[in-house]
Amino acid sequence: MRIIKLKYTVQKDDFVKAGQASSNIKKLLKKLGLDTQILRRVAIATYEAEMNIVIHSEGGFIEMEICPDEIIIIVEDCGPGIEDIDLAMKTGYSTASNKIRELGFGAGMGLPNIKRCCDEFSIKSSIGEYTRLKLVIYNR
Amino acid sequence: MMTVEELARQLSIEIISGEKNINTEVKGVYIGDLLSWVMAHMEAQDAWITIQTNINIVAVAALGEAACIIVAEGAEIEEPTKIKAEEENIPVLRSHLSAYELAVKINELLCSR
Repeated sequence: MRIIKLKYTVQKDDFVKAGQASSNIKKLLKKLGLDTQILRRVAIATYEAEMNIVIHSEGGFIEMEICPDEIIIIVEDCGPGIEDIDLAMKTGYSTASNKIRELGFGAGMGLPNIKRCCDEFSIKSSIGEYTRLKLVIYNR
Repeated sequence: MMTVEELARQLSIEIISGEKNINTEVKGVYIGDLLSWVMAHMEAQDAWITIQTNINIVAVAALGEAACIIVAEGAEIEEPTKIKAEEENIPVLRSHLSAYELAVKINELLCSR
């Protein structure tokens, strides 16, 4: 099986298209016959990452590499960056506005959910510049 | 076995959109309005009861493989949500009952099967 690469741009505050990238990813992986449990984990991780870009960033992208034994997902935005990553990773902590919370977001579970779904997880951020996640989900 | 269609009929609640998938089996119920929490805990083929009505509930239901969304307490469902649910073939139902009342009734139906 060859490696399949995909890239989706995600725009800040675009709640109409929000979820489109992760939905497309899920549909493709389902067509490729991915195990349902792994599929669900990829779906949750990419959705949460996509919504984080929409809600908390200036915009960004999701890149995915579908390899025979693993799925590698890079999520990167162009700011504003995370001041305290340890705090951001804490369940229940959120910087979402009241307007966002009224939509049902802002539970402070995005990053913890993503990490929980992945076999490997790393996060880097620079204030004023970017936040970058590297997620790996094994397919073996 | 109970399908979405049968659930709607038994509870006399209206199907707003996503009729293409009303033969999906309902295996359980999940109640929640915090979308990330629902994503983390809802199980496939749950009937998801919520009072959230914005367009994002469709993606959550689709990705979480909900059997259907039931909007409780007669909450008004936004037009973009109905359109998106139709596009994604997610059955969306609407009831004037509370989440608790719906859950009790659905549990009775599931247990009687």
